[in-house]
Amino acid sequence: MSDQRGLSVHALEVTFGRNHLLRGIDLDVARGETLVLFGPSGVGKTVLLRAVAGLEPAARGQIIIDGRDVTTRGPDARGLGMAFQNFALYPHMSARDNIASPLVARGVAREERERRVGAVADLLRIAHVLGHAPRELSNGQKQRTALARALIGAPGVLLLDDPLRNVDAKLRYEMRLELPRLLRNAGAATLYVTQDYREAMALGDRVAILLDGTIAQLAAPEDIYDRPASRAVARLFGDPPINLLACRPTDGAGGVQVTAAGLRRVLTADRGAIGRECLLGLRPDAIDVHAQPRPGAAPAELVATTPLHERLVVLLRSAGGEEVVASVLGAVPAPGSQVWFSAETAHAALFDAASGARIAAAAPIMEAA
Amino acid sequence: MAHTDAHSSRLGRLLRGIALTAVVVFFLFPIVWIVMMSFQTNEQILRIPPRLVFEPTLINYKALISGKLVTAAGSLDLPFMRNLGNSVLLSAVSVLVSLVLGVPAAYAFARFRFRLGENIAFTLLSFRFAPPLLVLLPLSLYFQDLGLANTYTGLIWVYQLICLPLILWIVRGYFEDASPDVEHAYRVDGHSWWRAFTRIAIPLAGPGIAAAGLLAFIFAWNNFVFALILASADKQPVTVGALAFVTASGIQYGQIAAAIVLSILPTLALALYAQRWLVEGLSLGAVKG
Repeated sequence: MSDQRGLSVHALEVTFGRNHLLRGIDLDVARGETLVLFGPSGVGKTVLLRAVAGLEPAARGQIIIDGRDVTTRGPDARGLGMAFQNFALYPHMSARDNIASPLVARGVAREERERRVGAVADLLRIAHVLGHAPRELSNGQKQRTALARALIGAPGVLLLDDPLRNVDAKLRYEMRLELPRLLRNAGAATLYVTQDYREAMALGDRVAILLDGTIAQLAAPEDIYDRPASRAVARLFGDPPINLLACRPTDGAGGVQVTAAGLRRVLTADRGAIGRECLLGLRPDAIDVHAQPRPGAAPAELVATTPLHERLVVLLRSAGGEEVVASVLGAVPAPGSQVWFSAETAHAALFDAASGARIAAAAPIMEAA
Repeated sequence: MAHTDAHSSRLGRLLRGIALTAVVVFFLFPIVWIVMMSFQTNEQILRIPPRLVFEPTLINYKALISGKLVTAAGSLDLPFMRNLGNSVLLSAVSVLVSLVLGVPAAYAFARFRFRLGENIAFTLLSFRFAPPLLVLLPLSLYFQDLGLANTYTGLIWVYQLICLPLILWIVRGYFEDASPDVEHAYRVDGHSWWRAFTRIAIPLAGPGIAAAGLLAFIFAWNNFVFALILASADKQPVTVGALAFVTASGIQYGQIAAAIVLSILPTLALALYAQRWLVEGLSLGAVKG
């Protein structure tokens, strides 16, 4: 692995006192690839970035960049670009000097510096504020300045610590559209930290889910969304979060039969699940709400609705009192109404209730109740 | 100005004006009175009742600058200008030494956790708890043995007891307030540790360093007891030198006032100069918001 171009992290550990924050982290990110680090706050995403950057004295393990072991090198000798969540601009320097800082460190001549700062500023559309001090910049401009500073040295490894956290919603959308192109052009091995699963879906070639100090799942974002490795990953990745309905699968024709919240489905699953306490995971966007009864749909009371982007998030209470969240397009009856809901189970997941591990790779067998 | 809220009502403004005037008079009157005294002869000063209108004279300043104090009992040499020079030298060099030692130490205490770190920092602060007289007797004995008594080096060394803790603790707070991420970003850019310290950490703590330096200078300038015991006439600062105005023929109020005015000037000038630094940079938004 160590001869490949890009970033390799081997057996990384970070321990603060008795607290093992990160253990046994192995990652390989190729040049041109974006790996998203995703996890709840406090799980150590930023610490992992800092360890790669050489800013974490408590880190143990091996960091290899472009085939070069940089484990014992300081942050200045690793050839990184990094954007911090709080931007970390130099308040006493203009935006231009902020961006030029990596070039100054390498002793690039002034004219060449000016040219490259101008080019990256054009790319990020901040050319008109280069003379401003950081405190005169809007949050969006600060964020772009920080990004320009990370990109200008054409680093082999790019570390982006939740760069869109502190910017407004409009700019976050703009950047979500722009960043993939920017990152592709940069050609660096990119580690991108975020807590927003949509950002992970939009930007990640692969996503690493960090949970309890280790990587719980490392896969393409669609795979994680459709086939989460565990209940915890499933709950974390997706908004509104996945419905987890208690069930005890029984033997069914062509698979295991699952009855949950009034829905009955047959899933192709490991038959070992039969008779065990399980949780059926249904994504809200796989649930449809109907005003009239129909085959396969279960009755429920519509409790409340709230809009989320172009969809409507609907809270349902099944006849058995279980709460089910659906995310639907189009209108639904008023709160308090009797409705029926059905589920598209192509991507339904079955988890062992005790261990939380995924049991079944569900297959699309639809069966009426 | 059509608002009628409390802040802009006529009565409110009037009361505020009166209150501000009272405060200003209260704090500035002694200084104004001393400035007036410095332009009067001893006889004018001691008149009863005292007068606000008088014929100003420069006799006090002349005596101080020429170094000759002429009294009814005869003429007396007065090394005031030399004392003033000593004060400037002792205070300035002490503060410089303290800055060179204290700023890196403050950075270390702010950024790194090390064994006994807090204890060392507290010990340095505790130098300011002890009354100076407690250490002066043993210190003067040691200084006699070491040949440091009545030397500028010895005095500057002792003045570190005043300046170093002050600078260390004030500047440490400023380093702690600055986000380490800004320095980390500079390191990741490819700059060495030393450059991150000198180009990022120190400029960001600039207002704190200026404030601490100014305070340390004032404390050093106003010190009396160290110099009284450890220095003889030619090394004495103005605070000790002022004792010479208590002469056999009486207390020379006019000269004392003029000496006070002259000895306020350097600190006042420094304060006005440093003020720019104190305000500027305090508002620098290093990180978001």
